[in-house]
Amino acid sequence: MKFRKCLLAGIALGIAAPAAAQELRIGFVAPMTGIFAQIGKDMANGFELYLDEHNGELGGAKVKFIVEDGEGKPPVNVRKAEKLVRQDKVHMFIGGLLASTGYALAPVSSRLKTVYVLSVAAADDLTQRDLPKYPYIVRTSWSSSQPHHPLGQWACEQGYKRVTTVGADYAFGHEVVGGFQRVFEDCGGKVVQKIWPPLGTKDFGPYIPTIKQDIDAIFSLMVGPMALQFPKQLQASGIRKPLIGGGTSYDEFVLPAMGDEVLGHVSGLQYSAALDTPKNIAFVRKYREKYGKVPSYYSESNYTTAQMIDEVMKRTKGKWPGPQQFIKLITSLKLEAVRGPVRFDDMRNPVQNIYIKKVERRKMFGYPQEELWNTVIKTYPNVGQFWTYDKKAYLKTPLYSRDYPPCKYCD
Amino acid sequence: MKIVLVVAALIALGAIAPFVNSYILILLTQALVLGIIAMSVDLLLGYTGLPSLGQAAYLGVGAYLTAILASTHGFGLEWGFWLVVVLGILAGAATAALFGLFAVRASGVYFLMITLALGMCMWGLAYRWNSLTGGDNGMNMPGRPSFGIDLADDLNYFYLVLGFFAASLAALYVLVRSPFGRSLVGIRERELRMRILGYNTWLHKYIAFVIAGAFGGLAGVLWAHLTGIVSPGDVILTTSVDVLLMVVLGGPGTLVGGAIGAGVVVFLREYLATIVQWWQYVLGAVYVLTILYLPGGLMGIPERVRRRSSSKIH
Amino acid sequence: MDANFWLIQIFNGVSYGALLFLLASGLTLIFGVMRIVNLSHGAYFLLGGYVALSVIWTTGSWLLALPVAALAIALVGLAMERVFLRPLGFDPLRQVLLTVGFAFLFQQAALDIWGGDNLIIDPPAALTASWVVGGLYLPVYRVFMIALAVAIGLALWLAMERTRIGAMVRAAVDDAEMARGVGIDTSKVSMFIFALGAFLAALGGVVGGAFLGVYPGLDFEVLPIAFAVVIIGGMGSLAGAAVGSLLVGLADNFGKALFPELAYFSLYAPMVLILAIKPTGLLGRE
Repeated sequence: MKFRKCLLAGIALGIAAPAAAQELRIGFVAPMTGIFAQIGKDMANGFELYLDEHNGELGGAKVKFIVEDGEGKPPVNVRKAEKLVRQDKVHMFIGGLLASTGYALAPVSSRLKTVYVLSVAAADDLTQRDLPKYPYIVRTSWSSSQPHHPLGQWACEQGYKRVTTVGADYAFGHEVVGGFQRVFEDCGGKVVQKIWPPLGTKDFGPYIPTIKQDIDAIFSLMVGPMALQFPKQLQASGIRKPLIGGGTSYDEFVLPAMGDEVLGHVSGLQYSAALDTPKNIAFVRKYREKYGKVPSYYSESNYTTAQMIDEVMKRTKGKWPGPQQFIKLITSLKLEAVRGPVRFDDMRNPVQNIYIKKVERRKMFGYPQEELWNTVIKTYPNVGQFWTYDKKAYLKTPLYSRDYPPCKYCD
Repeated sequence: MKIVLVVAALIALGAIAPFVNSYILILLTQALVLGIIAMSVDLLLGYTGLPSLGQAAYLGVGAYLTAILASTHGFGLEWGFWLVVVLGILAGAATAALFGLFAVRASGVYFLMITLALGMCMWGLAYRWNSLTGGDNGMNMPGRPSFGIDLADDLNYFYLVLGFFAASLAALYVLVRSPFGRSLVGIRERELRMRILGYNTWLHKYIAFVIAGAFGGLAGVLWAHLTGIVSPGDVILTTSVDVLLMVVLGGPGTLVGGAIGAGVVVFLREYLATIVQWWQYVLGAVYVLTILYLPGGLMGIPERVRRRSSSKIH
Repeated sequence: MDANFWLIQIFNGVSYGALLFLLASGLTLIFGVMRIVNLSHGAYFLLGGYVALSVIWTTGSWLLALPVAALAIALVGLAMERVFLRPLGFDPLRQVLLTVGFAFLFQQAALDIWGGDNLIIDPPAALTASWVVGGLYLPVYRVFMIALAVAIGLALWLAMERTRIGAMVRAAVDDAEMARGVGIDTSKVSMFIFALGAFLAALGGVVGGAFLGVYPGLDFEVLPIAFAVVIIGGMGSLAGAAVGSLLVGLADNFGKALFPELAYFSLYAPMVLILAIKPTGLLGRE
């Protein structure tokens, strides 16, 4: 009798005991100290929010999430990535904010044969001309010029004919301005002046007076503290032209510190916190409640990355499928993310909506106060990194740089 | 006696290397590369009394030269590597020869300021000369050289760097023991007297400065291959500051102290950072406490212990 | 490029120079009296901005933020001098290195206290307008910066020339040992000067906060510029700081406007020139 009870209990236990959950080790490299510390934190917070919502699991696998401080310096990022792979034996590492970090980490993924997910770093060529060098990378965010092609189209459709561009003088700035210029001019517009203040400029005193008078609009690409200063100084100088900005000129990272000088300014990106969809409203509310600020695309990008990994792991029932299979699975995804529908092109870069947005002061999502939001005024669906151009022809042309596309209408 | 200890330590390092986990191996290699430039700073600071806050410039010259030759010209990835080493050393020396003309006329804190400013000039160049240096993006190295031995294997690279480190240490040791080296110490102690005795103190200081630049260039070449990417961040002020602090931490005027300081700083920065969030405070506190209470650095501890224990006897 | 263009550029250069004066005057005074190169000077600048923001967030008053932030950081400077620099005696190198260690500590502390977002100090509405003078838009805030720098410069000069403390400071700068010999308490002078230097830097940080922003990393960004000014003007000379700031402000501005590719060179080129011709700076001594 006793024996039978024991046996039954044993069998019951055997059936009820859950199979040990597979562990998924994910490394995360982003700047946690230094100039970009807050962005790095926002990136990690975005990913962690998704993990918290799913009990720390992705697709049934228990996630060990290890965050390392890249300090925004390429050698430190490389060192941390190596530590994550060699010491912590992560299955993949995610992150990288700056283009320089992306360029530094991509070779590490090839060398150590480990998946590297670029969740922010936007350098165009990583998923274009350089892609063959990096079989283990996949990008879940954007490429620098991707949103600015449709922005150039939009500017042309507004009737702007002559534009001056003012962009931070480094690779990211060149790629953003280049993307805008190409499509704007192919549509019939003319970029008549290109000004390049160095990255980190805060005093635009030398540059603003050189802006031509006979133009219809100004296109600016500003990052970080530059984004705060340029509109203010422009306004103080008396220039009243319409402002079109690159993705980082008015994004939610800098927007809270801005004032009325940016009302009406337009920009383009694959995300806006003011996106009026149920998924986004829920995301913004949850993020703001947990972290005290409106999420920027840095947070959304990593949240969505977590979502993508979740989808992949669901398909493999929580088992790590190995790097090549993982890349295959993730790039075959089609999902509804916070930013809208996302899928991948055959060069491992996302195809997604690009939102043209305008800064307005209003109340949104039930919040009692009036604040600055990037209201979406137009959506371009299914935008890939090559816009409407033929991929092969596009790749034959040079990478956007300071001098490409050339300024045909500059004098 | 000290030589025996140092040689034993180097041999021990070489012996345990194959058994150490691969991340630690990389950190050790990094510490050795920085040790080379730290020792060159010690030559200037500890022996000649010249506190330079701009040595990262020479590291940068060596590193960028290596990167440009490797990625733009595909040179230096086989036996050409050794030529690149020589070129790196010469480039570092040449840059120091140019900068020295501005810097060596000054001394003390004036010297410090001027080397700081010159270091920043080099950074500005690296940052803005996009077509040459890749600007903010930096330059990716196409892989480590392979000439019979494949340096892509981290263990092989470690031994190569260890070899260079030992050679640099030996060379500097011979230098500081030589009459030239002794006159440097004389200049540090009492420059006026040395001049009265007929020494061309400017020339002595200048030569020391150029030699330090040469070692900086060597460290730069090794640095480029270590990390696989060279960027303006390598040449920035904080790098020069770090190197100077390594010497102060380890003990100025001891040569080996610089290497020990480099090891401590690398492990604090890279290893501690992976364990605790507040590693910056630890690093800052270590600097402050060393400067306040350990003027001889870590190498000076045995001396202090000895002095205190002998004073206790009285 | 008409006359208006040149006038605006000159105006911009002078206003930038005004900000640099606030930053560099403290640095040069500290050097003149104590022979210390204060490498945490950039941190004082940044902390001044952060403290001002805290004051504005709690009291809403920008006007109050100016003196409060400056005094708060002056106290920090005082404490640092008293507790840490003084015990090192007269060892400039170790003192310099100590200031570096503190710079790192300050940077991390600022990050922990205020977070890493890019912030900006909004001046009161009255200062955000622009005066239109003969077709030129002159932002009032820039005029304010110039006025403040001139006022501070005059105040410092008067203090140095006309007050007893000023005389003591000048004596200590000239020859510290002799000054002690005639009974001047040089340690008190050092303490006062260090606090004053921190005060000026912090004031610069508050004023600059509208212009440069307040964010981690700003400390090490402004430091080399301050050095360029002090090297050009001459270390230890207040007049040198004024001349240096003006020169650097104008050179930087015109350099960027006319030769944008050489942006950083126009900042450091005058410095290298001075180093080649007169290493102690335009108005420096010895």
